[in-house]
Amino acid sequence: MSKEKFDYFINGEKGKYEVVIGLEVHAQVLSNSKLFSGSSTKFGADPNKQVSLIDSAFPGMLPVINEECVKQAVRTGLGLNAKINNYSVFDRKNYFYADLPQGYQISQYKNPIVGEGKVLLDMPYGSKEIGIERLHLEQDAGKSIHDMDPSSTYVDLNRSGIALMEIVSKPHLRSPDEVNAYIKKLRTIMRYLGTCDGNMQEGSLRADVNVSVRKVGDKNFGTRCEIKNVNSIKFMQMAIEYEANRQVELLEDGKEIDQETRLFDTKKNETRSMRSKEDAHDYRYFPDPDLLPLKLEQKLIDDLKKSLPELPDNKKERFIQEYGLSSYEANVLVSEKEISDYYEEVAKLSDKKLAATWMMGDLFAMLNDKGLNISNSPISAKNFAELVQSIKSGEISGRIAKDVFEIMVESGDNPKKIIESKGMKQQSDPKELEKMINEILSKNKDKVDQYKAGKEKLFGFFVGQVMKLSGGKANPQLTNEILKKLLKG
Amino acid sequence: MSNITNQSLSEILESIKSKKISSLELTQAYIKNIENAKKLNAFVTTTFDHALESAKKFDNKPNNEQLLSGVPLAVKDLFCTENVKTTAGSNILNNFVPSYESTVTKNLWNNGAFLLGKLNCDEFAMGSSNETSFFGNVINPIGDHLVPGGSSGGSSSALAADLTPATIGTDTGGSIRQPASFTGTVGLKPTYGLCSRWGIVAFASSLDQAGPMTKTVNDCSIMLEAMSGFDEKDSTSINKKKESYSKNLKDNIKGLKIGIPKEYRVDNMPKEIDELWEKGKKILKDLGAQLIDISLPHTKYALPTYYIVAPAEASSNLARYDGVRYGYRSQKGKDLIEMYENTRSEGFGDEVKRRILIGTYVLSSGYYDAYYLKAQKVRQLIKKDFDDSFTKVDAILTPSTPSSAFKIGEKTNDPVSMYLNDIFTVPVNLAGLPALSLPAGLDKQGYPLGLQLIGKALDEQKILNIGYAFEKNCGYKNKIKKWWS
Repeated sequence: MSKEKFDYFINGEKGKYEVVIGLEVHAQVLSNSKLFSGSSTKFGADPNKQVSLIDSAFPGMLPVINEECVKQAVRTGLGLNAKINNYSVFDRKNYFYADLPQGYQISQYKNPIVGEGKVLLDMPYGSKEIGIERLHLEQDAGKSIHDMDPSSTYVDLNRSGIALMEIVSKPHLRSPDEVNAYIKKLRTIMRYLGTCDGNMQEGSLRADVNVSVRKVGDKNFGTRCEIKNVNSIKFMQMAIEYEANRQVELLEDGKEIDQETRLFDTKKNETRSMRSKEDAHDYRYFPDPDLLPLKLEQKLIDDLKKSLPELPDNKKERFIQEYGLSSYEANVLVSEKEISDYYEEVAKLSDKKLAATWMMGDLFAMLNDKGLNISNSPISAKNFAELVQSIKSGEISGRIAKDVFEIMVESGDNPKKIIESKGMKQQSDPKELEKMINEILSKNKDKVDQYKAGKEKLFGFFVGQVMKLSGGKANPQLTNEILKKLLKG
Repeated sequence: MSNITNQSLSEILESIKSKKISSLELTQAYIKNIENAKKLNAFVTTTFDHALESAKKFDNKPNNEQLLSGVPLAVKDLFCTENVKTTAGSNILNNFVPSYESTVTKNLWNNGAFLLGKLNCDEFAMGSSNETSFFGNVINPIGDHLVPGGSSGGSSSALAADLTPATIGTDTGGSIRQPASFTGTVGLKPTYGLCSRWGIVAFASSLDQAGPMTKTVNDCSIMLEAMSGFDEKDSTSINKKKESYSKNLKDNIKGLKIGIPKEYRVDNMPKEIDELWEKGKKILKDLGAQLIDISLPHTKYALPTYYIVAPAEASSNLARYDGVRYGYRSQKGKDLIEMYENTRSEGFGDEVKRRILIGTYVLSSGYYDAYYLKAQKVRQLIKKDFDDSFTKVDAILTPSTPSSAFKIGEKTNDPVSMYLNDIFTVPVNLAGLPALSLPAGLDKQGYPLGLQLIGKALDEQKILNIGYAFEKNCGYKNKIKKWWS
């Protein structure tokens, strides 16, 4: 890995500032039913079709904890190398809002289910550890829809009560790039674990961003602002960029930063004050008397730990060791579990290094082009492996391979079949090649003479002629060798 | 036949079983009583058609194997009843018809009973006199100027006036035992978690518990057996084997140790309460029980603790009533916020608002530690007092209330004096224990007084047995003239 230097600072007149960022990520738990009710959690249903009496807070309704959501939180905690708390408590966070039917959100306050952990980031300047403060379980709110009617707001409670994991980082992040890497890493880990689908468009992954600035070298943190509910990494980065510069400007002007909650306006690319510290909600947290404290037996935690899949950091190391990949290649190939699965299937059947090169090159470009995921790639891992092997064995050239690849994408066919039926096999018979080359040389006597007179650039011309005549199938290496031999003679 | 309704539930069940009376005749008799007792204002809703139909169905195909075969029952209007209006005594739920049945009432119906009507109660069970109900105050059959106690005042009044053979209430700080005491009836607050809270309009979740209100201890054991049981829909429900309280009812209490807590002798307590307590001790002693002086040193903190914990939980529990998804909605207000404000202003009564304000205050940042957190700590100490005592005694005997039924309007302008009425009942809820209020005598005005037996957690059988023995030897009998009909 090339070691660049970290250089995200803001230069003011009065000094150089460092940006300090902490994230509160809200990750929707992958589970069939909600945190405290049996309603479905499936995305995209008609409004208010997945709402139980509990989710809509009817009189006398009581929450019952969904065991699977608890397990998912524990798995995630384990994936974040975090301490799992055998004892945790659900609290009520009281506030009044149209999309919160109970008038309180069931959350965890003083005793979260998961304690301190850490996440490793691969940055161009080396690997960096980001501390996790805690992870707790809580209910999602419903959705207020303001743009359906000019005078009314509509409320959809399908989301009301879905389990969220709030993952709070320590203020260890120092740049928008690190935020990007951190969110992606969290997402990757949770997708490996199957605990959150990480779909930011559908809102399964959202974040509140805490930003402060301080002069480089300062020990104390500056006053922070919280930017609420930013739902894409790009917007998060833009918001941080804007907010950090805003704060530096204030400090440079000798002004103070107010601790406040701000909103990011994606249209204007700026953050705006939402409420000051004085107006901050008093959530009146207290333990939810409808729920007993959550006591986890160590055995449950140990069993979950044993059943965890291989996680990206470990897999990356293994890819480097086992397949001889570079750190960069391994990083890319473990970024999604599906990609790593695909790669491993291909690597088992073909050249490991060449497979990595072709996957990260042509395959990814094609998927990107078509807006597809690896899981719905038109080329199966087995076929892709055969293509790689055909290149490796010299059966086809790299150039022909690109054509075969195209046909595979269109037809989904097996590369062997394509090569056979289209006669795309590389010409690797030295006798046949020699015959062909002799024919070309004799047709181009003038050029041969020029070459022999020292115009060595013409070598490319001869290669081109061979390729033309062979329909691109001539084995390039053999062609080179034979050409050189015959031109000498 | 005309006397059937003043019999006990167990006698009535016997009559039905032996076909001395049909379920329909029984039901008709109660309906007649109810129609003649409108002055008491015990009912918010009657379900006579449903009751008559259910009675006929029973008579056509009697199943006498059940605990409550063929019996009509009226229940406190805090229990959600499917397709039957459930108001919690509040304007904010005056039009609320649940699509679901509370677990406790469902258990009653599964045991052969059917619904006769919904009984008045203090608004959201907040009150000790049934004067906070949106549907007006309930009158005690003992006297037309007396409160029936609260919050299960409709229940106690209806039971004492023979408008239902037995009933159920809820008890958050004494709401079953105090009205039972005021009407000369039996009331049991079970161990927290013995009866499911699912489908009961919540007041203070960590204290609320449903329980039976009956004419006799045997009836009480039958009702408890029918209504209790584990419910996976209530996370605080206790998962244990069901007990046959009525079958196991025994009147031999020889050798049992009865604790007498010195802290329950409070200042200004009427002499007759003290005398009643002495009478109770003597009865138990004569039955072979051993009286032991005990101390529950944190008793005096129970009431202030209760009036922090209960309003705190209530302030949160009542946040859901906003006029949007169900219940009353104000037509006034120019926007959503005003609609909320008007709905809650018009929907809730003064006592409910008072408790929401107290609860919100004690949970507020800056006050939480001083009030709510401290109250939780004291609550643990109160619980520990009982735990310590129960290493020495089998049950504890105390008066149920510091007075007999008071006059309507007497305490409505003085909330604190109203709250003081719960002084003997509240510690039990804070500790989550079972307690039985038994009619034990009359004061000099001729109003009933009750004694309270407090048991260990899940020791309902023992306090029922003691109560059963006590009842046989006390000789208390309600003598109510039906002045209202």
